[in-house]
Amino acid sequence: MKILVPVKRAIDYNVKVRVKADESGVDLANVKMSINPFDEIAVEEAVRLVEKGVASEVVVVSIGPAQVQETLRTALAMGADRAIRVQTDVPTDLGGVEPLAVAKCLKALCDKEQPSLVIMGKQSIDDDSNQTGQMLAALLGWPQATFASELSISATKDSAEVTREIDGGLETLAVKLPAVVTTDLRLNEPRYASLPNIMKAKKKPLDDVSAEELGVEFKPRLKVLKVTTPPTRQSGIKVDSVDALIDKLRNEAKVI
Amino acid sequence: MTVLVIAEHTHDEIKPSTLNTISAAAKISSDIDVLVIGQDCAAACSAAQKIAGVSKVIKCDHAAYAHNIAENITPAVLQIAKNYSHILAPASTFGKNVMPRVAALLDTQQISDIISIENDSTFKRPVYAGNAIATVESLDSIKVITVRTTAFDKVAAEGGNAALEDLAAAETTDISNFVKQEVTVSDRPELTAANIVISGGRGLGSAENFHIIEKLADKIGAAVGASRAAVDAGYVPNDYQVGQTGKVVAPDLYIAVGISGAIQHLAGMKDSKVIVAINKDAEAPIFSVADYGLVADLFEVVPELTDKIA
Ligand SMILES: Cc1cc2nc3c(=O)[nH]c(=O)nc-3n(C[C@H](O)[C@H](O)[C@H](O)COP(=O)(O)OP(=O)(O)OC[C@H]3O[C@@H](n4cnc5c(N)ncnc54)[C@H](O)[C@@H]3O)c2cc1C
Ligand SMILES: Nc1ncnc2c1ncn2[C@@H]1O[C@H](COP(=O)(O)O)[C@@H](O)[C@H]1O
Repeated sequence: MKILVPVKRAIDYNVKVRVKADESGVDLANVKMSINPFDEIAVEEAVRLVEKGVASEVVVVSIGPAQVQETLRTALAMGADRAIRVQTDVPTDLGGVEPLAVAKCLKALCDKEQPSLVIMGKQSIDDDSNQTGQMLAALLGWPQATFASELSISATKDSAEVTREIDGGLETLAVKLPAVVTTDLRLNEPRYASLPNIMKAKKKPLDDVSAEELGVEFKPRLKVLKVTTPPTRQSGIKVDSVDALIDKLRNEAKVI
Repeated sequence: MTVLVIAEHTHDEIKPSTLNTISAAAKISSDIDVLVIGQDCAAACSAAQKIAGVSKVIKCDHAAYAHNIAENITPAVLQIAKNYSHILAPASTFGKNVMPRVAALLDTQQISDIISIENDSTFKRPVYAGNAIATVESLDSIKVITVRTTAFDKVAAEGGNAALEDLAAAETTDISNFVKQEVTVSDRPELTAANIVISGGRGLGSAENFHIIEKLADKIGAAVGASRAAVDAGYVPNDYQVGQTGKVVAPDLYIAVGISGAIQHLAGMKDSKVIVAINKDAEAPIFSVADYGLVADLFEVVPELTDKIA
């Protein structure tokens, strides 16, 4: 059983984002970039399925400029077997490659690679779209199990049972394979790549394919007109006791 | 221009998120249809007919729609999608799950989580965990949109008199099947609809200690939320999580207890009207967004607050 894991290069989650003065986007110069946290969880889940003997191969894919190779190496160091980069000069952040175009690239790769399962992040933490997995499943005509907090593959390897984090609590679905699963935070805790594995990852295959070869265009459908800083809150005051707090809430804010 | 709103409902009732979504739709057009896809959903449909501003309610009723299986809901929507300029749903886990599937099959780039409508093709949406607001223009002919419900006031649930139309079920599939659901049961108000929310973080230390938050909440009729750390540690169920990747809330009063204020948490609550932070660390980032900060040990002040608050 082969698993395909799309991984996105995104701003590190610890970085304090600054909007550019000309409102054209956010400042990414000299900013730490990492693998999107949800994709790290997806790689971990796939690698564990290989370690458990359920899956046989993990192929990681990233769409974007040359720098996404770093992201792919990170995934290889975590235990993925090989990597594919879909070449484009279009950046991966907001206003760059859009979920629908990414889903089309991934569809073309799935047609070629024939994985039994695609595990990917539920959301990228830069554009916060939460779309690509659902779109990929739609284009392939496959079932989707989004926001997964638990995943198990049936003994016959033709279906998966997935627990999903939904607004009211938890829901369990049984999906036939092949399927697309998107990860939520509590699916697992990703490992740190060890130094020997980082070294080994440098020798693992990383192939390039162009977006044209896959027949996908990156013409934007969603034009970013401007990016602005949200209104900042007036900084408040400190109160020194519970009595003072109750007084403020009752008489100043009038919320209780 | 006619706008279609995909209703979120319980088959018997329309969920409040639908009322916020219709309010967003009304900013685009005065011609609004509501699609109710469910099983034995007549009651939800008649509730939808009463919503102010709705022209027509379309009922698509079939056993395959008993649960919100995206693989079945999507073809139902696609039967009529092309009659509309805009298709909207709330950015709840329901809308987030279904709408991109609809958008992909219409070959449309979805616009997620909008907080404002500039004109019929230009929208604002938060990005980077709400640290930036993007104004985006959609170049697609059908706009598929999810709506951040806290950014739009609800329309009135009563006062309307919409027509009712039946829509036959679309082709169904068995590639995805509902197995079970574990719904969090609570007598407290729903997190995203509550006027007051009290959230606890890692500072609470255990599931047992979390009861002091619940006691205060019950005293003042508040909903209970949590940080990711509190959920991960198992103090409370997953659906309590407030933040970038959890629920977005904007109540009149938000009280953060033992929460440090990571950007991912702030993304889910910083539009609340009044924010109170209780934390023993005076340097905690949560204080930078709090109107009223109390630097104290939560185990002392939360019970005291519960005693003294009316
Ligand atoms: C991709 C991604 C998505 C995320 N999404 C979310 C999200 O949606 N929501 C979310 O909340 N987080 C999210 N996080 C996690 C976030 O980064 C933080 O780790 C998390 O919010 C921290 O939770 P906390 O404030 O409860 O814990 P901590 O940061 O550990 O803070 C605990 C606080 O409690 C205080 N404290 C301890 N004891 C006491 C006491 N006795 N009295 C008073 N105060 C006390 C401490 O001073 C401290 O400030 C996400 C992270 C990632 C990477
Ligand atoms: N450029 C990309 N390359 C590879 N995978 C991507 C890319 N963009 C998005 N994805 C995948 O799609 C998921 C959801 O992203 P989004 O729909 O943008 O929120 C991510 O977590 C990734 O798994």
